[in-house]
Amino acid sequence: MNADLRTRLGSLRLPNPVVTAAGCAGSGRELAQFFDIAEIGAVTTKSLMLEPRAGRPAPRMAETPSGMLSATGMQGPGIDVFLQRDLPWLLSRGGRAIVSLAGSGAGEFGELARRVSEAEGVGAIEVNLSCPNPADPSGRHFADDAAQAAAVVQTVRSHARSDVPVLAKLAADVPDVVELAGACVAARADGLTMVNTLRGMSVDTRTLRPAVAGGMGGLSGPAIRPLAVGCVYRVHEVFPEVPIIGTGGVRTGTDVLEFMAAGASAVAVGTVNFADPSACVRVLREFTEALDARGVSRASDVVGAAHRPGTGV
Amino acid sequence: MSVAVGGDHSSTLLRRPFAVHDVKPDYGGTVEFLFAVRGSGTAWLAERRSRDLLDVVGPLGRPFPLPRDPVNCVLVGGGSGSAPLFPLAQSLRRRGCRVDFVLGATSADRVFSAITARRIAETAAFTTDDGSFGTRGRVCDVLGRVIEEARSDAVYACGPMPMLRAVTAVAGSHGLPVQVAVEEAMACGVGICMSCVIPVVGEDGITRMVRSCVDGPVFRGEHVRFDDVGTIPFDALGAPGWKGSSAARAAESARDIA
Repeated sequence: MNADLRTRLGSLRLPNPVVTAAGCAGSGRELAQFFDIAEIGAVTTKSLMLEPRAGRPAPRMAETPSGMLSATGMQGPGIDVFLQRDLPWLLSRGGRAIVSLAGSGAGEFGELARRVSEAEGVGAIEVNLSCPNPADPSGRHFADDAAQAAAVVQTVRSHARSDVPVLAKLAADVPDVVELAGACVAARADGLTMVNTLRGMSVDTRTLRPAVAGGMGGLSGPAIRPLAVGCVYRVHEVFPEVPIIGTGGVRTGTDVLEFMAAGASAVAVGTVNFADPSACVRVLREFTEALDARGVSRASDVVGAAHRPGTGV
Repeated sequence: MSVAVGGDHSSTLLRRPFAVHDVKPDYGGTVEFLFAVRGSGTAWLAERRSRDLLDVVGPLGRPFPLPRDPVNCVLVGGGSGSAPLFPLAQSLRRRGCRVDFVLGATSADRVFSAITARRIAETAAFTTDDGSFGTRGRVCDVLGRVIEEARSDAVYACGPMPMLRAVTAVAGSHGLPVQVAVEEAMACGVGICMSCVIPVVGEDGITRMVRSCVDGPVFRGEHVRFDDVGTIPFDALGAPGWKGSSAARAAESARDIA
């Protein structure tokens, strides 16, 4: 038996729910050495800004228990190079693209969305709300203030093509993730991606200095998975109609099952790509086997199962 | 190549990068690499026994380029950075190149394969920080003399960044091209995590933060901005306040990343 793996994120239809997480797969080209990029649901690109960006100084990463801290400072080629060089490559390989955008304000986000809208073949836009808001005196991220986050989402939605879904990528280290989700949905986000890395620090105990150059880094990996699953569960409970990409420490096919049962319609593989460059196709295979073993014929039947007592499979 | 450590259920997720020391057809094919125990990952590796399985991805990155002509090459290694120079020496010898070694280590017990080095090279000079083997001091204390005596045409080096910087300076003062293999910390080894970037000047004169794992680990020494490693140089492409020319943008667009 082979389960029907198809899933939807608003108007975007995917052949299966396994996608890459932003910043953990480049634009797909490196991972294409290890598997056929068209086999997975979609590639979420690294977050793109208007200009090329050199990022933060090294050291940029530190290993932590079941995870890592990273601070790359969104190094990237800029949106124009991506649209001219990387997106056509991904589409030529039959891949589906979720384009992650990062801006320093609503203006930059709007311009990014406008340029993306001039390109053909973009499956969805993901709005990285975990960017520092330059207008905030304490250096908080857009996601730290639901109203600021909503303003960014609204701007992107109004500049993006109407047939391209806009997904808001939410932070988990905020006072109330349900309030943040609600603000983004009210700003006409078509879906949510949950969750981004958590702000953390690791100190090098030889030097007694922060282990990554910027001090703070983003914590990712299996260490944050229960927290991410909890955020997906709480938001799906309040907004069951809003599609969610669940992400945070996905390592195996049963982790996909867990996120989908909590309410995710698709699941992004992030940090584990670094450990295992074939992780996406392995996770997809394991997920298919997990559905078959449970006699589930449609992956979409699992979505939100954890909210329905007695329907466990 | 990069090696996963800790087993299937490990809490240490990140791969460890190593240089390939040798590839042999023995026992159905073997790949050799050298490592020092530095943390929990390498400690786990050191506990592996014959017939244990290792999760390896490789070969990765850009190898040492080989000269077209049979020229004289001096190979400079520091610590475990000596390991990848041995297969390089064999390849150079097969092309009729003269090979001379300069190998440095902290102490005698850290000198790698001195006998093999002497066997495959025309000459092999050794330095140790404590003088317990060979000359007391650093590789660059003897490199100039070796270059002159061997009438070297090219330099290859692998080791810690300060050593590569010093070797590049000595090679430059003798007017020799130098290829350096950097030993940067990496998380993935395949070009997606963006952890291992260093500032390198391209053929077009533009400095970029490039990935050691896929754009390197071998670079032309004179292209690495050693003084700026660990920083984002103000004139690097995409640095804060960077205002690229339209030519730089066009070059970036045309540049193939794979």
